[in-house]
Amino acid sequence: MSDRIAPREAFGKTLVRLGEENPNIVVLDADLAPSTKTSYFRESFPQRFIPVGIAEQNMIGIAAGLSTLGFIPFATTFACFASRRVCDQVTVSCAYPRLNVKIVGGYVGLFVGKNGATHQALEDIAIMRSIANMVVIEPVDATETERVIEFACNYDGPVYLRIGRDPMPQIVPQDYKFQLGRALVLREGKDVTLISSGAMVEDTLKAASLVEKEGIDARVINMSCIKPVDEEIIVKAAEETGRIVTVENHNIIGGLGSAVCEVVAERYPVRIKRIGIRDVFGKSGTNEEMKAKFKLRAEDIAKEVINFVGR
Amino acid sequence: MNKKPVERKKLEEIANRLRIKVVKMIGKSGFGHAGGSMSIAEILTTLYFYELQVDPENPAWEERDRFILSKGHAAPIFYAVLSEKGFIPEDILLTIHHPDSPLQCHPDMRLCPGVEASTGALGQGLSIAVGMALGAKLKGKSFRVYALLGDGEAQEGQVWEAAMSASKFKLDNLLAIIDYNKLELSGKINEVMPLEPLYDKWVSFGWHVIEINGHSFTQIINALDEAKKIKGKPTLIIAHTVKGQGVSFMEDKVEWHAVSMSVDQVKEALKELGCPQEEIELTLSQMKEE
Repeated sequence: MSDRIAPREAFGKTLVRLGEENPNIVVLDADLAPSTKTSYFRESFPQRFIPVGIAEQNMIGIAAGLSTLGFIPFATTFACFASRRVCDQVTVSCAYPRLNVKIVGGYVGLFVGKNGATHQALEDIAIMRSIANMVVIEPVDATETERVIEFACNYDGPVYLRIGRDPMPQIVPQDYKFQLGRALVLREGKDVTLISSGAMVEDTLKAASLVEKEGIDARVINMSCIKPVDEEIIVKAAEETGRIVTVENHNIIGGLGSAVCEVVAERYPVRIKRIGIRDVFGKSGTNEEMKAKFKLRAEDIAKEVINFVGR
Repeated sequence: MNKKPVERKKLEEIANRLRIKVVKMIGKSGFGHAGGSMSIAEILTTLYFYELQVDPENPAWEERDRFILSKGHAAPIFYAVLSEKGFIPEDILLTIHHPDSPLQCHPDMRLCPGVEASTGALGQGLSIAVGMALGAKLKGKSFRVYALLGDGEAQEGQVWEAAMSASKFKLDNLLAIIDYNKLELSGKINEVMPLEPLYDKWVSFGWHVIEINGHSFTQIINALDEAKKIKGKPTLIIAHTVKGQGVSFMEDKVEWHAVSMSVDQVKEALKELGCPQEEIELTLSQMKEE
């Protein structure tokens, strides 16, 4: 357990490391620095830390203005506010003119402490994915988070980063390199492909081990880059395994499952099963309570996979 | 300040030419935001021909002043002043609203030189201006940032978030102007959603506020000069204007917010603005080409 690290921790520390090298990195905070871990940046670079108060719309506009002067602004808040609250500001002030603004949503999906439905972001990927010019990334673990933040600093354009709150084990290899639009096969398999992102990847890997006992050889893909999505790895999975299951910490409408369906439907139709939150609002509770209530535990996923594959 | 003495007559001529260009653009396009363009002719003229340190030959000049038209729907007169200043050629003005034109209905910073922010969704421009002014302070730059807002726009909550932050960050390099023409799309501001007491509101948000007649060059110039002397806080100019100013049948009429103009209306408007007869004839023939 000791080697589990929260993506938000890696995010906060990576920002400090990159901030030392690059004086153009600035961080905007809508009164959640201790939660999003931009508090580390605040301690290291108080002059480049911009607290805007609980005013997310203004934060996005300020970030847009700063970016026109060559700054690389990271506008940070919870994912629900970073998407729902500021949808128009992100669209018109940032994405339309393709400004170099990084929008960071912390506390993602169902896993938001015990904050419940109002603070759960089950729509953020759907919102961000449908905005032209936006890149959407949900890194899975600390290592990938570091690589993704480095990428975001070097990429000239708007990026939405979905950064998990809770500790994750090491999922990607230590020498992993993030590439825009490229996913990673975590486990090879020929009977079915499980595609997931963020916090659900751990349970999806466990589910793959569980179904193996039933004689099902499942491939597992970490789809951290949700837009642009890795079409080739999806088509290859459809061709080689014939069936795909998506597992996401998001409404099954508009998120990762939808992104995969779009590619498969257009390029290589096969059957797909989407696992996620089935168009309902969440509840207060621990992560384990959420997973149990919304049938997102490894055993729930395994059961769905077994039913789907039909063995 | 390397300010040249400005001839009042020259400013008046420019403002009038802007209005003529607006009528021609809206006439040719068959659509456009007329009223809220006309109300800011003197303000834009004074900004571009008295105040702003900008270089049309080098629109990306790093030290330039930044101007943001937060009320992006007044794009016709914004494009008119950009052509008058030399940022864009005059002959593209009549392409306004065409899908392939750099002159989109609302200003697009990626398509049109001299446009500093893509605006049109009301309420967003002042926040962007705050970001620019804050960035100037962080970088130790001395340029100034200007934002022109509509009055109805101040009904957006984001404007007040931005107002609060500009004063917190002590942005004395930021100047906002409100085009207070008292009308919005669906009716009178005072009936739709009153802004008063507007002066007191901005003062209470920590701004230095100057109230002027937005059609008086003297008052605009004096307010711009006064704003530069204010230290430690941003300045707001509340410019009392008349929507549709300069074309009598448009003045103070809510119906002239976004319009198409008939051949007769274009003719009458251009005549009133003193447009030469041959130019009127040309405009009318261009309208009939469509």
